[in-house]
Amino acid sequence: MTLPQTPSQTIGPFFAVGLPWPDGPDVVAEVTPGAVRIGGRVLDGAGDPVPDALVETWQADPAGRFAHPDDPRGPSTSGFRGFGRCPTDAEGRWAVRTVKPSPLPAPDGGIEAPHLDVSVFARGLLHRVVTRIYFPDESDANAADPLLASITDPAARARLVAVAEGDRLRFDIHLQGDKETPFFAI
Amino acid sequence: MSDTPQGRQAGPRPAVPGYHREAPGTHPPLDFPDYRSTALRHPRRPLVPLPHRLTEVTGPLLGEGRVADGDHDLTVQHAGEPLGERILVAGRVLDDDGRPVPGTLVEIWQANAGGRYRHDRDRHPAPLDPNFSGAGRCVTDSEGRFRFVTVKPGAYPWKNHPNAWRPAHIHFSVFGRAFTQRLITQMYFPGDPLFPFDPILSSVPEAARERLVSRLDMDLTMPEWALGYRWDIVLRGRDATPFEDEEDDG
Repeated sequence: MTLPQTPSQTIGPFFAVGLPWPDGPDVVAEVTPGAVRIGGRVLDGAGDPVPDALVETWQADPAGRFAHPDDPRGPSTSGFRGFGRCPTDAEGRWAVRTVKPSPLPAPDGGIEAPHLDVSVFARGLLHRVVTRIYFPDESDANAADPLLASITDPAARARLVAVAEGDRLRFDIHLQGDKETPFFAI
Repeated sequence: MSDTPQGRQAGPRPAVPGYHREAPGTHPPLDFPDYRSTALRHPRRPLVPLPHRLTEVTGPLLGEGRVADGDHDLTVQHAGEPLGERILVAGRVLDDDGRPVPGTLVEIWQANAGGRYRHDRDRHPAPLDPNFSGAGRCVTDSEGRFRFVTVKPGAYPWKNHPNAWRPAHIHFSVFGRAFTQRLITQMYFPGDPLFPFDPILSSVPEAARERLVSRLDMDLTMPEWALGYRWDIVLRGRDATPFEDEEDDG
């Protein structure tokens, strides 16, 4: 390391001036087979909605490949964007439309269950917080996932798994409090 | 094929070098009482270490398709020129080994010269400028360079504490080439007398604060036209040694 890293600052309350994209929440097009809406609310330590947060997601495609050349197994060939971005509304709600990724081989052994990496930015967050979304219909894969296994509190672990609600998946992000979402040091 | 981790084809184990961890003394704490909005929004439980695996060493490579001609120039987005002091803001996106980060999307947003954002919730009674939206974007070139034309944003009051004012700043969002490198931050202007009174800048460890302050660059400055401010953004670099696949080592 020869250069000092640039510090983070809060996204502030006015990022809607520049960051939301019309197609931000559309990781995949509506007609995509297997498309599912994943979303929920961002809530603060008092249980109140956070109306000025930005949620971003990143994931592999259903074949387990990324839209990126640095995966040594080769990049996705499906034209898959893999990235979602959604600001919260006045009730703290966010959602993206995507497809479930495939499991991934872990370089340090084991198999990672299907997941999305998530960044949350907000007024009042001086640095992003990072979490993961796992899938409720993957209980066997989730049980074998090395990152989930590193979380010893079963209640906390369960909060990383989205909840099926009709044809949608619900994933609330609690920044603080009894139901605090597990966040990761990345 | 059964739908179990053993039965599904996750593929052979890839060798994946991770990224450097965040250097201690770089980032603000999530809990910073002087910035009141952190009180109910910071996690209280310790962060869980996340090893850098495939999802973390890849990331969105959003380039040209996200940027149109002129998006880097915030002074040409309307019929007339915005009011205020025209400036150039340029620099490079680098990693902490000094390597340029080419082809990465840089997004900025800011208040106008009067210190007002074009946003419904900005109640500061300063005028909106019909010729200024305050958002720009560009993609870094092969040397990691970016360049914006804009107007110098004004300081503005906020409600964090009595007589609270934010120093002039431009918000920056940068992706880098991996999820680990994602960064949102703010760039400040040299010598701003509001620095000591601003809890957001002061949340950064003291030795690292100057990294958020641009410098006046007379070589970048265009005579008879605009002052130039230079500011580089340094993201985490990549670990040199790939993780060795034990099975391949045999």
